[in-house]
Amino acid sequence: MTARSSLLLPLFRATPRAGWWAVAAAAALAFVVLPALHLLVAPGHPLHVSDHVVTVAGKIACYATVAVALDLVWGYAGILSLGHGLFFALGGYAFGMYLMRSIGRDGVYQSDLPDFMVFLDWKELPWFWHGTDHAAWAVALAVLVPGLVAFVFGWFAFRSRIRGVYFSIITQALTYAAMLLFFRNDTGFGGNNGFTDFKRIFGFPIAAPGTRVALFAASVAVLLGTLVLCRWLVTSPFGGVLRAVRDGEPRLRCLGYEPLWFKLGVWTLSAVLCGVAGALYVPQVGIINPSEMSTAASIEIAIWVAVGGRGTLVGAVLGAVLVNLAKSWFTKAMPELWLFFLGFLFVAVTLFLPGGLVGLLRSRRPRRPTPASVAAPASPDGPAEEVTA
Amino acid sequence: MRLLRVLLLCAPCLAASHAARAAPDEPAKRLDPAVLAGLAAEDSAEKIEAIRALAIQAGPGAVPVLQALADDRLQVAGGRVLVADGEALRDAATGAILPAPPDGAEAVTINNRVRRALEGTLSALRVFDPDRTVRLAAATSLASSVTPELLPLLDEALAAERDGAVREPLALARAQVLLRSDDRAARLDAVRALGEGATRNVRALLTAAAADEPDPEVRAAAARSLGAVERRLLLADVVNSVFSGLSLGSILLLAALGLAITYGIMGVINMAHGELLMVGAYAGYAVQTFFRRSFPAAQDVYVLAAIPVAFAAAFTVGVLMERLVIRHLYRRPLESLLATWGLSLVLIQTARAVFGAQNVQVANPSWMSGGVSVLPSAVLPWNRIAIVCFSAGVLLVTWLLLQKTRLGMFVRAVTQNRAMAGCVGVPTGRVDSLAFGLGAGIAGLGGLALAQIGNVGPDMGQLYVVDSFMVVVLGGVGQLAGAVLAALGLGVAAKFLEGATGAVVAKILVLAFIVIFIQKRPQGLFALKGRAVEG
Repeated sequence: MTARSSLLLPLFRATPRAGWWAVAAAAALAFVVLPALHLLVAPGHPLHVSDHVVTVAGKIACYATVAVALDLVWGYAGILSLGHGLFFALGGYAFGMYLMRSIGRDGVYQSDLPDFMVFLDWKELPWFWHGTDHAAWAVALAVLVPGLVAFVFGWFAFRSRIRGVYFSIITQALTYAAMLLFFRNDTGFGGNNGFTDFKRIFGFPIAAPGTRVALFAASVAVLLGTLVLCRWLVTSPFGGVLRAVRDGEPRLRCLGYEPLWFKLGVWTLSAVLCGVAGALYVPQVGIINPSEMSTAASIEIAIWVAVGGRGTLVGAVLGAVLVNLAKSWFTKAMPELWLFFLGFLFVAVTLFLPGGLVGLLRSRRPRRPTPASVAAPASPDGPAEEVTA
Repeated sequence: MRLLRVLLLCAPCLAASHAARAAPDEPAKRLDPAVLAGLAAEDSAEKIEAIRALAIQAGPGAVPVLQALADDRLQVAGGRVLVADGEALRDAATGAILPAPPDGAEAVTINNRVRRALEGTLSALRVFDPDRTVRLAAATSLASSVTPELLPLLDEALAAERDGAVREPLALARAQVLLRSDDRAARLDAVRALGEGATRNVRALLTAAAADEPDPEVRAAAARSLGAVERRLLLADVVNSVFSGLSLGSILLLAALGLAITYGIMGVINMAHGELLMVGAYAGYAVQTFFRRSFPAAQDVYVLAAIPVAFAAAFTVGVLMERLVIRHLYRRPLESLLATWGLSLVLIQTARAVFGAQNVQVANPSWMSGGVSVLPSAVLPWNRIAIVCFSAGVLLVTWLLLQKTRLGMFVRAVTQNRAMAGCVGVPTGRVDSLAFGLGAGIAGLGGLALAQIGNVGPDMGQLYVVDSFMVVVLGGVGQLAGAVLAALGLGVAAKFLEGATGAVVAKILVLAFIVIFIQKRPQGLFALKGRAVEG
């Protein structure tokens, strides 16, 4: 975003004043308050924020970014992807390659090669690992690989007008196939153990409090940036076409639009956002393995969005935060009940809460017209029948 | 089927018992006392030498003595070797019962090294056993691990053997020994005899012979034999692949049939469909446990009793799902994906809570174990044959139900045009429930079939659900013919690719193929004509 102010202005105007206040508050919390409480307050102090909390918060910020990315395609363009975990994991793997390389000779086998390659008795790096010791190339890969995969897959799928549940099922098959591929040792990504035991990132020790806070802040920055970008997109004419794709693609085509490029564009963007979130996620949790590509992981992203309320960007964030907090709590307190809870959540939200939590709040409180919503009638919160027809 | 198999198994046994040799209680010829004395030697190497020599000299006649040695019943008194036979003592050389026990009889002890050699020899001697199955097993194991000193034994066994199926591995074993002989004619015979074989061991032997043989004529014969063996092996591979593909395909078919019906009629993709397989499989497990406890004598028929139980269990779960959840999501297909996924999580966790997280064992009934050997290295297991037949039966019943009954007519009517069917008085709500239950019940039957060849665990449905979606996608919705062709085609293709590339790559290739296929025919193999193209 180094463009001139004339380009930034619509971006700025897209978000209502209340939204900017919320962004500013979140930024202050993430960039000032939490780092100060973690780094400056002594560990015994009641106000101290522990390592664990910082990591979980950073992780959830990454999840929220993914949720917003999925909401962009599902809530606005009506394309339900059950394979967004693939793009997330691809971004994570791309950046994980850099993290593996920066372990250097500090691994178990003290070799230049990553440990798992020594273990498999490989003598040199496979071709796709070349250049991954440069952080910039790894970051580029984290953006390019998910983007390219999404573009190619989307081009084939959208071109032949695969829509609705068919598309969802095919995305599920895609991530399932990728998971099988990454489970193989021969694929060159560590098989079912994936990448772990990272030591440093950009030269800093990866577990140090300062690094932790910086990664958390970066995750929140990406989340806020994603929110502003998506807000701008969905309030622009482009967003109008997306909603038209969702509500009546054949009619849109009759009006002379080619939905292919709109769908492909938003689909690829969504994948790239997931890739970036994945790249930030991996150094914080310290591991990436093929289970991130499992069909269950991808479909869980959809429930975050559904719980919060699809078609509203705030809803996606809200859903991701709430469901993941619930998951953290359940898996500690009563792990055997978590799947029951999640299962009933899926059923209950789709049956009784089609608009999600945000929809519930809106229906309780009559909407006050704000300047932005008058200028561009944004967030659709109509009945779900329209959304997925 | 069972009766037929019993008859089939009995016929060769009866024939074989006539061909069986003299009962082993009476040694056919006297054993050489000098060799027998070696059994009682102090040195292990000498003992082993004596064991082998005795086996080769006396063939089956050596069995009682060697068995006595293995059972620690062999004694030695003043150079005479004696066999303890209950209370009595026999002279090992003649088999005559001694009138009185001699003084100073000592037991012959053996160490582990001798015991191993003894067991090897005894198992080779089983080629003389009166039981055909034992002979066949012994001959087959000899054919894969023969040693040169067994040649006389093999000759004798071949001379006595009448059963072609047992002769074959014996002849192969003999040829393997002869292949190493110095005599050119013997090698030539061996190479020709090996050309009758159809195992990988034979192929390896012949490959070596074709490369290393000094004599050109023998070399050429080896190359010819090698060609014949390779053709036979290839054929066996093809038969095996096609058959395991068909059995995989018929399970996919049972899984996909229900999915095709429910998707066709309601446009709802049921992500919990795999869990209905699981319900059926656990129903089979429950019936098996019940039979073990209450009717241990009738265990083999538990499968038959499990068929209605599995159907009923999955039917009930399916109807409940439809009534409570899916009914309310008819016009929201994307959301029904999520809701049914939630149902699948609940079902998985329920199975874990009830049956435990570990896999449970569902045993094949005894009449399903074993297999039919169509080619020397292509054995079709009975359990897979039963599954293929079972799927065909279920398919037939489903087809009759849909084409020939009033309910089937209603189901087809609602599939084609729900509003119109409702207008002419079809009770669409009840038809939905029944059709969903029917699809679920078929999946339950699929689960029962799956339990016969695979693991039964809470997660088992997840493995098959993506595959069965692919069948529906490939076959087109609401089409039995499409589902059948797609399921069998995918099964066979997957098995062939598996042979060539390994299981994982095969799966990826199949998925990639489907994605490309959808490009060309978005409506599947068989599209219903006149369906609304876009909504």
